[in-house]
Amino acid sequence: MASIRILLDKCTGCTLCVKACPFGAIHMADRKAVIDMAKCTLCGACAAACRFSAIELKKAGGPKKDLSAYKDVWVFCEQKKGVIQSISFELLGEGRKLADKLGVKLCAVLLGSGMGDAAGKLGERGADKVYLVDHPSLNSYQDDPYTEVLVKLAEEYRPEVILCGATTIGRSLVSRVAIKIDAGLTADCTELDIDLKERLLLQTRPAFGGNIMATIITPNHRPQMATVRHKVMNEAPLQSGRLAEIISKAYPGEIFASRTRLLNIVEEIGATVNISEADAIVAGGRGMGGKENFSMLEELARVLGGAVGASRSAVDADWIPYSHQVGQTGKTVVPKLYIACGISGQIQHLIGMQSSKIIVAINKDPDAPIFKVATYGIVGDAGEIVPALTREFQRALKKRE
Amino acid sequence: MNIIVCIKQVPNTTDVRIDPVTNTLIRDGVESVINPFDNYAIEEAVRLKERMGGKVTALTMGPPQAEKALREAIGLGCDEGILVSDRKFAGSDTWATSYTLACAIKKIGDFDVILCGKQASDGDTAQVGPGISAHLDIPQVTYVKKITEISDKAATVERMTEEGYDVVETPLPCLFTVVKEINTPRMPSLKGMMRAKSAKPLIWTAGDLGADPSALGLDGSPTRVVKIFTPEARKGGEMISGPTADVARELVELLKGEVI
Repeated sequence: MASIRILLDKCTGCTLCVKACPFGAIHMADRKAVIDMAKCTLCGACAAACRFSAIELKKAGGPKKDLSAYKDVWVFCEQKKGVIQSISFELLGEGRKLADKLGVKLCAVLLGSGMGDAAGKLGERGADKVYLVDHPSLNSYQDDPYTEVLVKLAEEYRPEVILCGATTIGRSLVSRVAIKIDAGLTADCTELDIDLKERLLLQTRPAFGGNIMATIITPNHRPQMATVRHKVMNEAPLQSGRLAEIISKAYPGEIFASRTRLLNIVEEIGATVNISEADAIVAGGRGMGGKENFSMLEELARVLGGAVGASRSAVDADWIPYSHQVGQTGKTVVPKLYIACGISGQIQHLIGMQSSKIIVAINKDPDAPIFKVATYGIVGDAGEIVPALTREFQRALKKRE
Repeated sequence: MNIIVCIKQVPNTTDVRIDPVTNTLIRDGVESVINPFDNYAIEEAVRLKERMGGKVTALTMGPPQAEKALREAIGLGCDEGILVSDRKFAGSDTWATSYTLACAIKKIGDFDVILCGKQASDGDTAQVGPGISAHLDIPQVTYVKKITEISDKAATVERMTEEGYDVVETPLPCLFTVVKEINTPRMPSLKGMMRAKSAKPLIWTAGDLGADPSALGLDGSPTRVVKIFTPEARKGGEMISGPTADVARELVELLKGEVI
């Protein structure tokens, strides 16, 4: 069984581990660290923080399989209605860097129906190979056939890394796949790198609502799987005419069977843009005063080519549907520009948007916590300022034309 | 109908503060609560029971103090609570956690529906729900925003997507992870609070589960944390003031080149 202990001869009493422990499980006694086993979760944060190798975290067993048999970096390319989603290009951009560091091929995995032409174009986004499984049952995402096909491909071709978008589809799919192929999976990575010596994928992700960052590895299992948030990585540049080798795989029919049945796909978003994909988000909170005032946010979002977001209180007041909610019980977004209008900035909201590149806050209350994270703050009535902003943006855009 | 709802005890985010000197999390005095998304799962489980009859079992894995979360769940209408707790589970990542919970569910035996919150507010992975269904080899529907129809054998649900929702039909047993839109959780009743007080959640250890010891805790976890650090705190920037028209012009000027 795994165990942890302080090597007393090495411990200098520096207290770095006490500060690193997210569970308050370490205290000092006689200038040496002491671990409270009732609180310790063996998360390893202390061992990672210790500069004197004084914390020994022991784990039973080594690799169960021959890790050197696993090669190449794979990117699961998500498609909806036959259109490859932009997250896939972001993953190919990042995957290319990782594959080059490892000196291996970058492979795209594409599942769908009638996707031959789209598969051929993935070379232009940096893929060296494309594994294509084309079957009518893969037309739209369903958990069972997608899981079975990806498991089959991974078992046959043994990639060392699989990247997937941290989207509704991606998170549902690879969570199942990782269990079935006994792989490590790290969610919502915001930074990826390679430890070339051990050929390890260094996966960095926020935890505790972004208050701490953790770097995670998968030492003894392959593939090393990670989901990556939307808009965090840069899209692979388009290289016209670049070709990839297409490996078209056919499987016997039973692999495509699904216990669940997709009866209908309903698109609600209509005029507005999906908030997790938007480069600009104009969000409203309680301070907007009412449902009727959200139309001015829509107007500004339209001018910016962005989407409308909302705080929980605006959603709970029924001013806007839940699909627009940003924050802990809504969505996490990372746009280039986030304009918070009449949002006070409770921690639950900040968790969902504080990684945005530029944050503009408009609020009547000069002490609102939103100003603590805002790049630009305006104290005032959003009802007056938002329409003025819309006019100014319109003017600026017109000038450029 | 036998319903299992999987919950997690997490630190209350509203209490989370960063020490301005050491830039680390202050955990002293942080209250432990049921993961916000799990409250919707509990409510939906209780509503299903009210609609279909049957029993709701709340299941959690955690340290002994996680018993409090089960009591709260019982206060909200769950019939029973089971705490899976053992030092051997320490260091579990989502692989080992979903394996352990799947073992506990197999021990419970008879179930038609498993409900989980979409994700936990501390880890934010959304991996444990699908992991459980993979270990049990049952169908799953994630991000469920509505259970429109349900019988003893099948259910039709709405699954939230980025663009809207999918309507999905599934045979039972099935695992659902739920989003906030699915319901408005009730407050605990006085009767519920009395029941919560006198309830005695079962406690199962690794030995009770008949699990493969090498698949538990840190040993059973493919992933490992190698570094933890605090991101540079975002600092408040420039305040712009003046008449509305001037403020708007100045801001657009500042954003030029960046976003438009």
